[in-house]
Amino acid sequence: MARAVTTRRKTINTVAAWAIGLLIFFPILWTILTSFKTEAQAINDPPLFLFFDWTLENYAVVQERSDYMRFLWNSVIIAGGSTVLGLIVAVPAAWSMAFVPSKRTKDILMWMLSTKMLPAVGVLYPIYLLFIEMGLLDTRIGLTIVLMLINLPIIVWMLYTYFKEIPGEILEAARMDGATLKEEILYILTPMAIPGIASTLLLNVILAWNEAFWTLNLTAAKAAPLTAFIASYSSPEGLFYAKLSAASTMAIAPILILGWFSQKQLVRGLTFGAVK
Amino acid sequence: MGQITLNQITKSFGDVQVIPPLDLRIDDGEFVVFVGPSGCGKSTLLRLIAGLEDITSGEINIDGKDATEVPPAKRGLAMVFQSYALYPHMSVRKNIAFPLRMAGLDKAEQDNKVEAAAKVLNLTDYLERRPGQLSGGQRQRVAIGRAIVREPAAFLFDEPLSNLDAALRVNMRLEISELHQTLETTMIYVTHDQVEAMTMADKIVVLQAGIIEQVGSPLELYHTPRNRFVAGFIGSPKMNFMMGAFSAEYDAATIGIRPEHISVSHTEGKWSGKVGVSEHLGSDTFLYVDVDGLEDPVTVRSTGEVAFRHGDAVHLTPDPEKIHRFDNQGLRMA
Repeated sequence: MARAVTTRRKTINTVAAWAIGLLIFFPILWTILTSFKTEAQAINDPPLFLFFDWTLENYAVVQERSDYMRFLWNSVIIAGGSTVLGLIVAVPAAWSMAFVPSKRTKDILMWMLSTKMLPAVGVLYPIYLLFIEMGLLDTRIGLTIVLMLINLPIIVWMLYTYFKEIPGEILEAARMDGATLKEEILYILTPMAIPGIASTLLLNVILAWNEAFWTLNLTAAKAAPLTAFIASYSSPEGLFYAKLSAASTMAIAPILILGWFSQKQLVRGLTFGAVK
Repeated sequence: MGQITLNQITKSFGDVQVIPPLDLRIDDGEFVVFVGPSGCGKSTLLRLIAGLEDITSGEINIDGKDATEVPPAKRGLAMVFQSYALYPHMSVRKNIAFPLRMAGLDKAEQDNKVEAAAKVLNLTDYLERRPGQLSGGQRQRVAIGRAIVREPAAFLFDEPLSNLDAALRVNMRLEISELHQTLETTMIYVTHDQVEAMTMADKIVVLQAGIIEQVGSPLELYHTPRNRFVAGFIGSPKMNFMMGAFSAEYDAATIGIRPEHISVSHTEGKWSGKVGVSEHLGSDTFLYVDVDGLEDPVTVRSTGEVAFRHGDAVHLTPDPEKIHRFDNQGLRMA
């Protein structure tokens, strides 16, 4: 049965969608706008929306006071490294769960997910002590490993869902054709799962990039990524909203651009399997 | 070489035994068909031979060597799957070359073999295409091409034609038979279609519930089925079975008579009844006759066009030489 959608209804829906979209985007927009104001304008009452003296002064001050590139580089290494490391561990794990499931596979998946339900602060103390013991405090390798571990359940879950969509017969065919397990995963499974792996990769880069609990607690200066860069402009400085906003904008810009360009891939990845 | 021996093999999934102890010998160059109703274990048996499933107990020998613990890649067998299982991200050329690449052949040798196989299978013009751009029949050929390039000891086919339409199925059936005559390699073919079994096989293995009911040439199974199950499964249309007074006359618990061994007449005959449905195929006419004293209609196959219609009173006479007698266990009586 064809559903009659009137023009009026369409208009209402469109307006509502835009309104909700803008509402969600507003805090980011406000941060970006504030970054171009002076400190006085930033706390002006009533708030100034578009009509103020636009200035780049905050960016200059922030760049002068802290080395943006160093934080950026740490973020890239930590987010990228933890994702790649996670994929290396998760691809074989998801392979075994999808293609040679045991009676306990579902339970293991649930258990892995349940680790995400534990508040991170609950394990801060033991992990902190371990880091001291192993000399990993304020190192990029230490953070890479921790972020890999906390995102691993999500990576495995996502890959498991994608792998389930691949017919097992194709892997069996590869086995009959003489492929070893490594060759089967490398030449058949991975290329077939590229769309899924790509969206898993993107999502995890974003999650790791934005992760603020562990990155703040386990770093000091050397390995601090952009989250620490933002944090350094918040509390100790008092009410320097404009500079804080400039720092935030600089920190989120790379990931925002990455997300913008890969949104098609991301949406496809997140809805993959729902509709075949 | 491709001689395969199964020695007392069994397969259980959890507590359920799907293949009770089973022995089978497949000779080099034979075309063997496993046939049976769905769920009879024929595909499982094939997968045990392929190594895709582990056997629970027993022994598999390939060319005299114990292959029970050998992984599928090392058994030297090639398999064609029901879904074709082509690699969707590779061109036809790369699909066919994949087993050769895994075997470590150099590029030039791979190309030669792929081109030769493509020529045999009429795929030369499609080598650069992806499987998604091919028709069902062409995909089937690619799957066969991928199997033949590596010159396996034996080919395993798992219901390869069931995804094709009827006309194409007949064509591919002939092509596979021709391929067997050219290559003279052992082939094991699984199907639930007894017509495929009868037309292609040197040897048919009829399975039911994991048990081999009979092994023999197509005509052996047709002429001397070992039991009622085989008698009913082989032959199309199905054999008619009669019990009670009908079988008592022949000193058997059940008698079976094939539709083509019953003659039909307007005037006289052994059994009388009424025509229920008549199917006119031109070359043959199938009559479904409700015989007095029998629950199920009797199927009669007459050559050519015969003038019987729904409701006609008819008389049927079986060819006494062609009556199969079964005892109360369903086993054939001499």
